[in-house]
Amino acid sequence: MKKTIFIAAVIILGGLLCDMFEGIHPLGVPLNTQMDDYFLAHALTDRSAQNVVTSMVFDFRGFDTLGEAAVLFTALSSIGALFRDGGKRE
Amino acid sequence: MRPLSVIVTSVCDLFAWFMIVFGAYVINNGHNTPGGGFQGGAIVATFLSFMLVAYGGKRFRAWVREGVYGFLEFLGLMAFFIFGCLGFPNSFFYNSPAISWGQKPLSEWIPYCGTISLMNVAVGFEVIGALSLVIVYMYGSIQMIDTGAGMGGERGHDRYDR
Repeated sequence: MKKTIFIAAVIILGGLLCDMFEGIHPLGVPLNTQMDDYFLAHALTDRSAQNVVTSMVFDFRGFDTLGEAAVLFTALSSIGALFRDGGKRE
Repeated sequence: MRPLSVIVTSVCDLFAWFMIVFGAYVINNGHNTPGGGFQGGAIVATFLSFMLVAYGGKRFRAWVREGVYGFLEFLGLMAFFIFGCLGFPNSFFYNSPAISWGQKPLSEWIPYCGTISLMNVAVGFEVIGALSLVIVYMYGSIQMIDTGAGMGGERGHDRYDR
């Protein structure tokens, strides 16, 4: 009984997976290009950073970078809590 | 951890400071060339591990001040947050001052593009502080295991013999 359920589940999940791969749109043809076009058109003129990635990371997605900084701070805090020897150093 | 041979220490003397200069360059020019705060900060933090490997733990312990790196971390995070919040009048965390400041260089060392480069520098400070403190803490734990001090008892925030 268990075996039949397992085989049926594998077949259904495999079918769903194949269906998912069918639905992927081709590479290089994004569905919505409004934001891409806006960034490409305005990154250099508005932000005046030659490196467009930097204007993306620190400006258009600045809040995301704040989250990255918070992740680094959290990692540091946990490492300090784990490894730091408390008290005064002799 | 014992110091390595005189060859390694000589190479460290020659090239370790170059790492800091190169890291500062990567941080400072992150908006023009590939790189930025995260990458440059990681390069600068490598300096500390280089010092640890070349000169050994004793000199490393004498040389490192944890407070400096903690302050760098604090300074970087606060500066990044404040520079990001400068965009609040226009929108949420969107850098409006970059538009007006970006037209002229702020100084010879921080060229063009306003707060983006300043945020780069802030993140660079933060990454330098964080990664250096990680190295310091982890080396401290190795030393603790080696000597056996602090093992078996409570340590960290709950330690009684403070």
